[in-house]
Amino acid sequence: MEKQEIQGAIKAGIPIFIGYFPAAVAFGILAKTTGVSLVEAFLFSAVVFAGASQFIALNLLATGMGPTGIILTTLLVNFRHFLMSAYLSTRIKEKLKKYYLVLAFGVTDEVFSVLSFTKGPLTKGFVFALQMSAYSGWVSGTLCGYLLGGFMPLILSQSMGVALYSLLLAILMPELKISRLSLFLALSSGLLNWLLMYLDFLPKGWSIIVCILVIAAAGAALTLNHPQKEPLDG
Amino acid sequence: MDDNLIPLILGMAAVTYGPRLLPFLFLGNTQIPKPVNAFLKCIPVAAIGALIIPGVMTATPDMPAAALLGMGFTAVYGFFKGGIIVPVLGSVGIAYLALAGLG
Repeated sequence: MEKQEIQGAIKAGIPIFIGYFPAAVAFGILAKTTGVSLVEAFLFSAVVFAGASQFIALNLLATGMGPTGIILTTLLVNFRHFLMSAYLSTRIKEKLKKYYLVLAFGVTDEVFSVLSFTKGPLTKGFVFALQMSAYSGWVSGTLCGYLLGGFMPLILSQSMGVALYSLLLAILMPELKISRLSLFLALSSGLLNWLLMYLDFLPKGWSIIVCILVIAAAGAALTLNHPQKEPLDG
Repeated sequence: MDDNLIPLILGMAAVTYGPRLLPFLFLGNTQIPKPVNAFLKCIPVAAIGALIIPGVMTATPDMPAAALLGMGFTAVYGFFKGGIIVPVLGSVGIAYLALAGLG
């Protein structure tokens, strides 16, 4: 891996680490209060590595749901990553499929978001270094939350709840500034998601998938008719 | 929790990893038609919009305004100065102040 590549990945990785760490602390605290053991909390983060669905799993465990139901829910909740990987597979060009086996593991919402708005081709070294910074923040945050959460003021851990949303908005901001179409699509997608969540007829996690399908299709139709408005040139 | 959670964790890992991997194996080196490519290019913006709204409204459950104030900072700072670390840490700081001062 080139030195420049590593530097670039670290520069992009620090904000992800900062966004992930507090969210993982919250997960560690919640895991402990749910009655999960330290090793199991660690394994949740180290082996599953999927923020939202880990929180949902804890909630479902607390309600007494069995493993089959929780695994099915996880499949539904995380299926949006299928679409994100489909996008990334057009940006990461690798001849050897074995690298995909590793890189696919780290396709989270935030890693996907940063990679989407990284200009130029995505090398496997850059992607992997970025994923490692996310992964280390997620796993270490989980352990810290589990072990030290009791010592942390409640207000501090609560205020950290905004970090991941703020991270996503900050990633999207430069794109929103230069493209009114992107601003329109992002807002439409959020409002559609809000409506779907409010109507509450889809299984958990599927409203986001519907939003991606509908809004990206609308965006594609708009860009194909007006090629100069293309939202991304990644 | 008395139950052994390892089978659950492994099952969750499998159904998370599968959907993340499949597109790479199938789409990896194929030529993608133009309309499909245009669709894929719109996925990031659509996904991030739906990931933020309406979830952010419950980011600080006791006082939704705290998260919204934090996001307001991120939007304004991000618009004028850009970057990620300051917007993220600043939003947490503002949410903290709101929760501590008004909660």
